[in-house]
Amino acid sequence: MRFESLVDSVGRTPLVGLPRLSPSAEVRLWAKLEQDNPTGSIKDRAALWMVQDAEKRGLLSPGATVLEPTSGNTGISLAMVCSQRGYRLICVMPENTSIERRQLLAMWGAEIIFSPAAGGSNEAVAVAKRLSAENPDWVMLYQYGNPANAQAHYETTGPEILEDLPTITHFVAGLGTTGTLMGTGRYLKEQVPGITVIAAEPRYGELVYGLRNIDEGFVPELYDASVLTSRYSVGPKEALRRTRDLVEQEGIFAGISTGAILHAALAQADKAVKDGRQADIAFIVCDGGWKYLSTGAYAGTLEEAEAALEGQLWA
Amino acid sequence: MAVQVRVPTILRSYTGNSKVVEGAGDTLAALFEDLDTRHPGLRGRLVSGDGGGELHRFVNVYINDEDVRFLGGLDAKLADGDSVTILPAVAGGSAIVPATLGRVTILPAVAGGSAIVPATLGRVTILPAVAGG
Repeated sequence: MRFESLVDSVGRTPLVGLPRLSPSAEVRLWAKLEQDNPTGSIKDRAALWMVQDAEKRGLLSPGATVLEPTSGNTGISLAMVCSQRGYRLICVMPENTSIERRQLLAMWGAEIIFSPAAGGSNEAVAVAKRLSAENPDWVMLYQYGNPANAQAHYETTGPEILEDLPTITHFVAGLGTTGTLMGTGRYLKEQVPGITVIAAEPRYGELVYGLRNIDEGFVPELYDASVLTSRYSVGPKEALRRTRDLVEQEGIFAGISTGAILHAALAQADKAVKDGRQADIAFIVCDGGWKYLSTGAYAGTLEEAEAALEGQLWA
Repeated sequence: MAVQVRVPTILRSYTGNSKVVEGAGDTLAALFEDLDTRHPGLRGRLVSGDGGGELHRFVNVYINDEDVRFLGGLDAKLADGDSVTILPAVAGGSAIVPATLGRVTILPAVAGGSAIVPATLGRVTILPAVAGG
């Protein structure tokens, strides 16, 4: 396939079957390989759509400064898109995010503002909102509440999956900004009556939910529970185990959040087998495993890897 | 009928610092009422609305890892041996200790700029942490 430029090549990723992890010929799993996007993650779609939307609305002109709270992949995608468009990008990210992510951001010319590890992404969002208020000429795209994030998936991820898998019965993806599930889920629900839409939400280690009180909690503005059939919390042990299953059995080297998604997808597969129903279950591979090597996720026993992930942002 | 309930750090002041407590009830609402008899005040942090009619917006509760909002909310059914997990809603992020002061570091864009602030170029600003959402 030939494209005019790198940003024009975002999307149209392969959907590949999992012949070994699928339980039977009637119940099959299909992986949407989003690491095949230009910067290696699904976030290229949202980044490009949010920038294009801001351009259409006249918010961005050459030399403009874009600001975004991001723990990594969205920042990396925005850095690439902004560098190609001539915008300055400032990313606010928790200081305990992996080294690879920071290096990738710097490589594409982004500037980084670290928010304290204590407070996590909530804190990064809060700091970004504050900086945005202090610098009215900066443009915060705000992936958690920007409809263009979900729209990217409504216009691309959803149609691509349906075109490649017209017999789809289930769609499973991760829940962060909720953009992937809201956009793809809405599209698929409109096109495939009765489709099951499942969210897999990473559950971090014991110490990771360090809010001072419940009222500091955060639900992305994009989130609409009515799009989902169900939502599962997946812990690091299951996520790691499935991440390793995926590379060992199917050769797909994915990031850890993908393991959590696969875990939820396999649970749906089991259910379909028990109910004696045919199923074609598509799930999202969010990114490759490269950026997570330094977390220790792929080395030693599962117990060692799980211990290494404690307190880290693995999805 | 016993149900195991995992309590997040910020609510352990109600459970004598226990991270797992036992409770009973046919539904989530009944379980919360049962817990409140031994851990007074806990229920009030989990539910809101008139008379505690719904789950608090920033509280997520899972029965055997499934979000109860898709199982009928407070009316979700419980069975003996179920595992209930309570978590605050966060922005998919990571945290270790509650912060009272946020620390923000501005780094110049350099290849491999992953470490500490370069003395000649870095600028450090102290910002108070503010609530998200």
